[in-house]
Amino acid sequence: MKKKRLMIRAVILLLLGAAVAYTLYANFTKDDVQKAVVGEKAPDFVLEDMNGKKHRLSDYEGQGVLLNFWGTWCKPCEKEMPYLNNQYKQFKDKGVTILAVNVAESELAIQKFADRHNLEFPILKDTDSQVMTAYKIGPLPATYMIDKEGKIVKYHTGQLTEDMIKDLMEQVKP
Amino acid sequence: MKDVKCECGHVNPHGTILCEACGRILEEHEREKQLVDMRYEGSARRSQTYNKTIVDKIWNFFSSVKVGVWLIVITLIASALGTIFPQEMYIPPVMPAEVYYEDQYGWLGKLYYELGFHNLYSSWWYLLLVASIGISLVICSLDRVIPLYRALKAQRVTRHEGFLKRQRLFGISAAENLEESYEKVKEKLREKRYHIREEDGNILAEKGRFSRWGPYVNHIGLIIFLIGGMLRFVPGMYVDEVMWIREGETKVIPETDGEYYLKNDQFILEVYDKNKDKEVFSEAIENSGMVAKNFQSDVTLYKKKGDSIAGEKPELEKVKDDEIRVNEPLRFENFALYQSTYKLNELNKMTFALTNKQTNEEFGMLTVDLNDPKEKYDLGNGYSVEVVSYFPDFEFDESGEPVTKSRIPNNPAFVFKMLTPDKPEGEVSFVAIRQTIEPFGDNTYKMAFKGIDTKNVSGLTVRKDLTLWIISLGGLIFMIGVAQGSYWNHRRIWIRKVNDEVWVAGHTNKNWHGLKREISIILENTGINEPEDQVQNENKESGGS
Repeated sequence: MKKKRLMIRAVILLLLGAAVAYTLYANFTKDDVQKAVVGEKAPDFVLEDMNGKKHRLSDYEGQGVLLNFWGTWCKPCEKEMPYLNNQYKQFKDKGVTILAVNVAESELAIQKFADRHNLEFPILKDTDSQVMTAYKIGPLPATYMIDKEGKIVKYHTGQLTEDMIKDLMEQVKP
Repeated sequence: MKDVKCECGHVNPHGTILCEACGRILEEHEREKQLVDMRYEGSARRSQTYNKTIVDKIWNFFSSVKVGVWLIVITLIASALGTIFPQEMYIPPVMPAEVYYEDQYGWLGKLYYELGFHNLYSSWWYLLLVASIGISLVICSLDRVIPLYRALKAQRVTRHEGFLKRQRLFGISAAENLEESYEKVKEKLREKRYHIREEDGNILAEKGRFSRWGPYVNHIGLIIFLIGGMLRFVPGMYVDEVMWIREGETKVIPETDGEYYLKNDQFILEVYDKNKDKEVFSEAIENSGMVAKNFQSDVTLYKKKGDSIAGEKPELEKVKDDEIRVNEPLRFENFALYQSTYKLNELNKMTFALTNKQTNEEFGMLTVDLNDPKEKYDLGNGYSVEVVSYFPDFEFDESGEPVTKSRIPNNPAFVFKMLTPDKPEGEVSFVAIRQTIEPFGDNTYKMAFKGIDTKNVSGLTVRKDLTLWIISLGGLIFMIGVAQGSYWNHRRIWIRKVNDEVWVAGHTNKNWHGLKREISIILENTGINEPEDQVQNENKESGGS
């Protein structure tokens, strides 16, 4: 009798505890829901760069990709741009590239910014925010590391240092 | 930990106060009381003795009504605190939350932010409080409804004398013509829709027992309600997002997996017009100046045809045109788009004229699309203007450099280079709204402001809620429980022969006055005296002395 009571109570408490734990977990991960998920394939997209050349993410399979979302008004984005540029030059022949997606700004604003910082990597124009919506981008800058199989291996939001960028790019080197 | 066997032969669980079957008092200290505590029928609802293991300790903690009430009080206070300042999701996105609260509300705001009250309703401790209330509900209910059910099921017609004597309504009469009186009483009880059980010439009349389950039905409703709330956190069950869309713009609707697109054809804000609208409105219009009559977005819904990947120009198929008004959302699939906010007259285009400052002679106009300015505007005859820099939302940063705060053209500023036949190298001019700076000395030419073109922006709420029916079901069951518990009473009348006397006792879970009236009608002209209200008598006595 006593054993049975203990069992029933334990089972009920476990069930309730599991429901609470799930709710808390779901609540804290709800902002990541449907966002491109680490460990899964990066949502494919195709965007034009400043020269009108089309870049399709799946065409980059076989090499590592640093996918960076940025805006010209965003200070931390601006700060990490020179680092990205340096590392782009270092890694471009080692099979890791950088794709920098600008979020729906005017061509002029992007061009002036790119000229000012002598950016060499392709800057993609997400004119109607489609890719931004697909990746559910919140605060900028947001950086995804995609490996040679097209899988997301890392996500970072906030400014990156040059060392961090180097480290990230090493990780996806084919 | 042994079960308790009563004199009557019934075996009660450990901790029982009143025998489930005959009502005899099993707990010594209860015997001294004048009236028995009839809550939960004196059943063994909380066995403090089962307090050995951690499971029992947790169980007993949540089983306490006192704990439950405290949880509710704390949750209420916390919920109230969350309304002092706006929650994070409602603050304007002009600055980060950590700055905003201090900036707007001073040190109190800072404290508010640091304590996490800016995001109170999804903070872990708030969720934990609500969850604890849920657990408390389940365990409190289980711990009470099962013993109560057992006790009510096991109750016998013949109740122990000590039980009857300690009922609130109790009376003794001499037994004369008992046969006749019993028949009369039973008939009247039946008239009053009592369920009658007899045993050895004793009567138990009972009605409305199901009202005792009201609180528990109510709790089941609450728990279903809470489960509905919990499901909102499950991906795909609940969406609540804001979508800003300019007039003329076509945008993908968030959370639809890129399946649906929306075009904003026009945003309309109508106000009441003193001359056109009915006279009854005129006073209100006079008082408050402008009264909004209608907020409306004329939109077109498109569905993507075939497969396309993000960024590709999708092939769109028109689904329907619609007018979204407040409370009249556009519905498709499980989604609803509500008119929730707007921004009037967002700058869209600006027109300038290249002008000679001395002669005021103009050499052509140029119109800059603020969302997509061109690099160079050729005005002909050797006159042209280059846009060197563009700041859609301009301000000076700490070092005095012009920067932009966002990509929205709230306060556009330009650095123009004016190329003219007499100044082939060009003159540079910084032009912002009501502000012109000529960084390299006095210029011959200027960009004279000619006009603006604006667009309205609609703010729509994208909502999807698959949990609503569960929440409504919970609410409905909740109300059924409330009605069940409040509109019906559980009434019992015991009539027992003790030697040459007739003992009558009555019990109800509420509305004693109603029970007394009913008993008085039932016992009228039967020779059996009406039982007395021992609580009232006691009060009278103590009041009199």
